[in-house]
Amino acid sequence: MAGSKSKTTTDGGKVRRVAVVGGGLAGLMTVIKLCEAGVPVDLFSLVPVKRSHSVCAQGGINASVNTKGEGDSPRVHFEETVLGGDFLAQQPPCLGMAEAAPNIVYLLDRMGVPFNRTPEGLLDFRRFGGTLYHRTAFAGATTGQQLLYALDEQVRRFETTDVLDAQGVSIPGEPLVRKFEFWDFVQLILDDNQVVRGLVAQDLKSMEIRSFPAEAVCLATGGPGIIFGRSTQSTICTGIANAIAYKQGAIYANGEFIQIHPTAIPGADKLRLISESARGEGGRVWVPRDAYDKRSPRDIPEKERRYFLEEKYPLYKNLVPRDVASRELFAICYGEKAGIGGRNEVYLDLTHIPEAELRKKLAGILEIYEKFVGVDPYHNPMKVFPAVHYSMGGMWVDFDRDARGSLKVGSARNHATNIQGLYNVGESDYQYHGANRLGANSLLSTIYGGMVTGPAMATYFDGLEKSAFEFPTSLFEKAEKAEQKKYTALANSDGTENPYKLHAELGDIMLRDCTIERHNDAIDKVIEKIGEFEERYTKIKAVDTNAKSNQALPFARHLEGMLILARVIAQGARNRDECRGAHYKPDFDEKNPKAVNPIGRDDKNWLRSTLAKWGGRDGAQSKVEFVREFDYSIGSERIHITDEVDISLKALQKRDYTKKKAAFAADAPAGQPKTDAPAEKA
Amino acid sequence: MAAENKRPITFRIKRSLDGKRDASTWEEFEIPWEPQMNVISALMAIQKNPTTKGGKDTVPVVWEQACLEEVCGSCTMVINGKVRQACTTLIDAISPNGEPVTIEPMTKFPLVRDLIVDRSRMFENLKRAKAWIFIDGTHALGAGPRVAPEEQEVAYSLSRCMTCGCCTEACPNVNDHSSFMGPAVISQVRLFNMHPSGHMNANERLDSMMGEGGIAECGKAQNCVQVCPKEIPLTESIAVIGRDTMKRALFGWLLK
Repeated sequence: MAGSKSKTTTDGGKVRRVAVVGGGLAGLMTVIKLCEAGVPVDLFSLVPVKRSHSVCAQGGINASVNTKGEGDSPRVHFEETVLGGDFLAQQPPCLGMAEAAPNIVYLLDRMGVPFNRTPEGLLDFRRFGGTLYHRTAFAGATTGQQLLYALDEQVRRFETTDVLDAQGVSIPGEPLVRKFEFWDFVQLILDDNQVVRGLVAQDLKSMEIRSFPAEAVCLATGGPGIIFGRSTQSTICTGIANAIAYKQGAIYANGEFIQIHPTAIPGADKLRLISESARGEGGRVWVPRDAYDKRSPRDIPEKERRYFLEEKYPLYKNLVPRDVASRELFAICYGEKAGIGGRNEVYLDLTHIPEAELRKKLAGILEIYEKFVGVDPYHNPMKVFPAVHYSMGGMWVDFDRDARGSLKVGSARNHATNIQGLYNVGESDYQYHGANRLGANSLLSTIYGGMVTGPAMATYFDGLEKSAFEFPTSLFEKAEKAEQKKYTALANSDGTENPYKLHAELGDIMLRDCTIERHNDAIDKVIEKIGEFEERYTKIKAVDTNAKSNQALPFARHLEGMLILARVIAQGARNRDECRGAHYKPDFDEKNPKAVNPIGRDDKNWLRSTLAKWGGRDGAQSKVEFVREFDYSIGSERIHITDEVDISLKALQKRDYTKKKAAFAADAPAGQPKTDAPAEKA
Repeated sequence: MAAENKRPITFRIKRSLDGKRDASTWEEFEIPWEPQMNVISALMAIQKNPTTKGGKDTVPVVWEQACLEEVCGSCTMVINGKVRQACTTLIDAISPNGEPVTIEPMTKFPLVRDLIVDRSRMFENLKRAKAWIFIDGTHALGAGPRVAPEEQEVAYSLSRCMTCGCCTEACPNVNDHSSFMGPAVISQVRLFNMHPSGHMNANERLDSMMGEGGIAECGKAQNCVQVCPKEIPLTESIAVIGRDTMKRALFGWLLK
């Protein structure tokens, strides 16, 4: 498509669209930016986008607006993010994100997000983990829901706006955004040069399988938490879209970095999050000094309580980063058997905070506790335990640096995967959080990611030499037929394995041996077991063959993807012999007297991204190839990529939150925050 | 109650594989009790073992779900005659002594299959009401308007609407003989009209509430506010928008 032609239509008058898969915050923000650039979008989602997993984010969104006179700044935010991620995050995008954050929060405010306010009517900010500043804007304790609704509303507005042709005349019947809700992405359509020209998707109500030409495709499909059976993630978070793209050649990075959130409540169907904001607002974590203390927690006097986080981390107290807090809870419960009643539970206590204040700031999460546990958390300490929460790893994506070393917005390289024309953003990408994500940085990274990915895709779209519509229809028909055939085969599978049961087994073993503490001998067994599951998957049974709203067959398809990604995660964890962020191997912990090889974080060998590449199958079993470098193209530009992490903006430093001075202070320009005097005793 | 005292629970589920209500049938399943059991975990147990109480092999029941913590609005069903979210329906609360549990799809929306109905109408209503703020663009335009904390509290309570459909299901004025949009969207009009910049398009939204299927068709039964899982003050919203549309109908032409 040369520049003289219409941008939005082909010569034949067909509207040229890009596709965004996933309607959470990252996907919706990408859509909005595309629409503002005049690029029409097809938006695919497993559920109505208003029900995407972003609704589950509770605590808030970080932005160093510094309204509390503490001397916070985007630079400090950047440094804390990088330190929190144990230096595995790519620094230029992190700097771009921290610098853009204040304007992002202002934008959301303009969109009508009901953020909590100060008495003066300004945005209020609360504290979160891994920082000493009040940096987190929040809307009660359902911030993700409120942000998602704001973006959903803006996208709905674009659904009611028509595409404009080259003369600026609207094309009736062609809205800027076409939504395909209850559609499951099943395949990328690649041309002979492995460039994306569209996708195949399935309608989950009629089960129709259809191809869609697309000038570019963006996956914004969230995390893969369901691989671990029960987690804090929604049941739609199977990671399937990433698994599909990975199988088609996209590189998956840092898969082994899975965040375990310290405070969740157990359930038969799900582990429900109790946000870090509970601690940000003053919540305290403790266990009775006598684990078998029979008294009600309210009757246990202060001196007979053990505030183990406050004792060990006198400055950050209950707000150490999540990986640190989760390991401490795990050590108390499993190591010392000092959990409540010897069980795997600790108290998260808010009862010292006035009820009226809690209702204003935390009602959303306290309501969840009350509804699911049946105990009033305003007057009784909550019982919590860690749960799988977030994937720092995800699809590998590129970035372009500007002269200052920050992100160059508008470059087609930003958020581009190694498959030309395929983009990835949100939890499903890998670049902002390194080895551990700081609380309230996820909402920020989804929206910032979208604000960068939209313009990147628009640039790519503008630079395309050839439209998807210029390819023979056979390219699309072939892909469509191949997927229909696969689906029919799945429907005809008459083995003995129930996919739901097989999934439960996968979840159990991943949860037990591939989360908070990792031992190489146990991971070897996990990998062996995954192979066994893949063998059993070939003997799967189609438990439902109905032609309407069939959930069993798409689930079986998702299970195949979960098995593939489970292997990427487990194999990555097996290979990485060090301790970094959420990836913790006691055998390599320098502080563990029993460690086999006490190295801690091993920057010499492991300050690098894990890059996983689909290696095909050996019989039923999938294979992963780990690569150190590769090349990819955008247009005619050939780009060489290595696994080196960009640490050009902040020098390496030891990550230690136990000291009485701020962990970032070494080279941060701003002074110590004034409100949290380090002299305070635990 | 200790686990050993818990008997298996019987679930009676109204099913339709092709979405034809007239041809719906009931199936019974017996599921072992487990700690923290809710309606969702029971349905998940059926997926793993799709066999009826009578020992007949059947297909898994289908339903909508996502977050399982009552914030996404997916899993609305009629459980023991009451419309509610399946995730927050704890078995110990509704079946303390092992009483059978009845599950049906909502009746005010087109049936798709089993417990799935088509709620797209509710999202269409949001388009009709222009339920968004008309921002000038997503580029940096500085801070938003100041909002008093009391205003924020009201806005937040309205903004928690998950479009779950409970209010619509419970509303007697939503039926085969009316085109009433239901309470949810009216409350959204209030939300956007009270916002300092949303207010600039207040009249457009009020107009959208005044035509066919609009607010005048509310019969003030007040069922909506009782079933809303998020305790949104729906009747208050209806009163506010009722007053505003009335004013607009009476004096709107003067102000044009």
